[in-house]
Amino acid sequence: MATHKFDVVVVGTGPGGYVSAIRCAQLGLSVATVEDDRPGGVCLNWGCIPTKALLRNAEVVTLLNHAADFGIRLNGFEASYPEAVQRSRRVADRMAKGVEFLFRKNKITLFPGRGTLMGKNVVEVKGTGGAETLEARAVILATGSEPKSLPGVTIDEKTVISSNGAVRNERAPKSIAVVGAGAVGVEFADVFTSYGVQVTLLEALPRVVPVEDEDVSKELARTFTRRGITLKTGVKVASVKPGGPGAVVDLGGEKLEVEQVLMAVGRAAKVAGLGLEGLGVQLERGFVKVSPTMETSVKGLYAIGDMAGAPLLAHKAMAEGVVAAEAIAGKSPRPVDYGNVPSCTYCRPQIASIGWTEARAKEAGREVSVGRFPFTASGKAVALGETEGFVKVIADKATGEIVGVHIIGPEATEIIHEFAVGRTLEATLEEIIHTIHAHPTLSEAALEATLAALGQAIHI
Amino acid sequence: MAVTKVVMPKLSDAMESGKIIKWLKKEGDRIQGGDILAEVETDKADVEMEAFGAGVLRKIFVPAGETATIGALIGVIAEPGDDIAALVASAPATAASATAPASRPAAATPSAPATPIARPAAVVGAHAAVPAGLGQGIQSGRVKASPLAKKIAAQTGVDLRLIQGSGPGGRIIRRDVEAAGSGAAPARTMPAAAAGAEFEDVPLTQIRAAIARRMPLSKAPVPHFYVTSEVAMDHAWELREQLNTLEGQPKISVNDLVIRACALALLKHPGVNASLQGDAIRVFHRAHIGIAVALEDGLITPVLRDCQAKPLAQIAVEARDLVERARNRKLRAQELSGATFSISNLGMFDVTEFSAIINPPEGAILAVGSVRRVPVVDETGLGVGRRMMLTISCDHRVMDGAMGARFLQDVKRLLEEPLRLLV
Repeated sequence: MATHKFDVVVVGTGPGGYVSAIRCAQLGLSVATVEDDRPGGVCLNWGCIPTKALLRNAEVVTLLNHAADFGIRLNGFEASYPEAVQRSRRVADRMAKGVEFLFRKNKITLFPGRGTLMGKNVVEVKGTGGAETLEARAVILATGSEPKSLPGVTIDEKTVISSNGAVRNERAPKSIAVVGAGAVGVEFADVFTSYGVQVTLLEALPRVVPVEDEDVSKELARTFTRRGITLKTGVKVASVKPGGPGAVVDLGGEKLEVEQVLMAVGRAAKVAGLGLEGLGVQLERGFVKVSPTMETSVKGLYAIGDMAGAPLLAHKAMAEGVVAAEAIAGKSPRPVDYGNVPSCTYCRPQIASIGWTEARAKEAGREVSVGRFPFTASGKAVALGETEGFVKVIADKATGEIVGVHIIGPEATEIIHEFAVGRTLEATLEEIIHTIHAHPTLSEAALEATLAALGQAIHI
Repeated sequence: MAVTKVVMPKLSDAMESGKIIKWLKKEGDRIQGGDILAEVETDKADVEMEAFGAGVLRKIFVPAGETATIGALIGVIAEPGDDIAALVASAPATAASATAPASRPAAATPSAPATPIARPAAVVGAHAAVPAGLGQGIQSGRVKASPLAKKIAAQTGVDLRLIQGSGPGGRIIRRDVEAAGSGAAPARTMPAAAAGAEFEDVPLTQIRAAIARRMPLSKAPVPHFYVTSEVAMDHAWELREQLNTLEGQPKISVNDLVIRACALALLKHPGVNASLQGDAIRVFHRAHIGIAVALEDGLITPVLRDCQAKPLAQIAVEARDLVERARNRKLRAQELSGATFSISNLGMFDVTEFSAIINPPEGAILAVGSVRRVPVVDETGLGVGRRMMLTISCDHRVMDGAMGARFLQDVKRLLEEPLRLLV
């Protein structure tokens, strides 16, 4: 069994792991990575990226369905779901190869296999070619998370699937029940409904996308309903049993017969089998407890990304990866500002938010002013034929501090970043309104919503 | 050219509003930056309010005797030709809200300059020690601050020029202003001297300005006398070394031993732990000891309270914390006032002995020199011993030479028989 020595070993090559590995290499450290799947982790291979490819397909299908609105008459068209999935696989493969290329470019050694901590700075890799031992000055754990289920509901990835199964589904079912109306649930609901699947979206909380601002939930519920998705909120899934066309979902009285059930009820940190217990690494509610520089309770052992706690977002993992790498390299990195992480959902209409919801701001006793601007009043949105949704800006009444921004609508996930930059720079409403926004753009809606918060909106 | 709003400054941590005692300038007076505009009464002290902007005091919104919430508009400085109509129009609402202390300070008009205008200048009452803003250097020129920081500063009367920013490149961000508002802002470091210049005028930092103002108030009216004594520190040194080998116990410094010795001696000689208060001498029953800490831009004296009741280990831990926070400008305003006695230790600078200036209204201050290895003669002949010089400066109005000497004798005895410090 060969032993290799590195400055840093990164276990897991998802967005947290590969970014921290590259940042370590940039800082002159020798780096090894350990991966038991393809480089890129869930995000590139089974999550963010392939689903975005599927959602793009869904968007194209929806556009073609509305071709007549643009004066384009089609004599029917065929949308092949298997080909959509194949396309998403090609996209994912390309991105995973990109990570492999970046590893080569940065002289990062990839050890395929499962990594286990044998000591705080020793990782054993069990791959197909046998076991190898890696020794490092610092170890960064970035093993991510995996889908959770509900008690009594077993995911078989055939009838009852998780997002892992959903991105691998080779054909679309006739009907599906999506359990959980968070980001994953609503994105798949969007994909499936675009491909003609009868979708029922189930949510235990009283509204869809429950972590978003209430106005956003209402708007999404409205457009989803209009697109033929059946929404059931405030319902509890008592059981999922085989039956009917595939499965019977018991909602405590009402029974739902569907071909497939997608469990999208959240994700759990992958912390088992890593050797954490032996080292006495402290956990907190199932996640690894970390310091502001991402160090665990064991000196020299770092944890980043989903396994290190909420929010479970790729971009948060990347930011943490940079912090961990810089801390290991002896720099003093600025800790991740968890209050300023944008949250993006890529269903149609897209949802993006940053900071507090209006309800949260009020709970905190903040006196706020709220500005809203609907995309129906945006020239660019009307020209695009994408007029659903709005931009909502919540600001501190006295100082103009941007307390929160909530966008639902076309390219919401791109528009949000002017507010992210603004908040990082501690801009107030005034700096936004004194920034000339090009016309016509969707970003003008951001400007107008900001003006509205000051009672000065022009176009509404 | 510029229209400068005069707002009620936040002068202490707990301050919510301030009462104008009197305006020292009247409408129509020409104002230079730095002029004293008014005297303001806060919960803690009477404070002079200084003008930042130059021009003519065009308008006073809050007359003497009335109260304004912090951040509330109380006046306008502008050139005679400047249009202040909008500000004047906005003022009644401001003044109205000013009378209701619970309401938020009225927001500045959005486009108005965000520079705050008033800062605490000098504490009028002799009793209050140091204004909360002390410990912060004044920086001239452009201030790098986030828009939100500027707004909060304008609303709370915090002077951005006094704050060291903690953002990228020293940019002042919201938390810096909020910390300054609570009297715990880090100070700006002085700009480096231009190379080759024959001389430079370094503006007085707030600390230096306060020292410059206060020390003559001590040295001139307070008749100092000095008593010096040499202390054999051999036993204390040994004890300290032994204590510092104990695992799990805080490290003890010589100064900690001196603080403890003084606390015990002050209990025994309350006449030294005393202050002249008009026609009475106030004798304190608790020993709040000021510990002089040298900073880059001056000296501050955080106060270790109730030393008489604290064992050595606690004194060591708390004194280190105070000194560290003093260096990091993290002291709270209340930690800078209320001392009944002070200790100034220049031992680390290899100073044999010196005498210190009393920090009124305290009655005495102890100056501590280095522990030196010197030849000593005892019964057995010539040897090497550790000696330390102590000099106490006393206010002759409060005590006499013999009283100071007896106190010093006791401090000496406690240090020479250091087990007494542990019992």
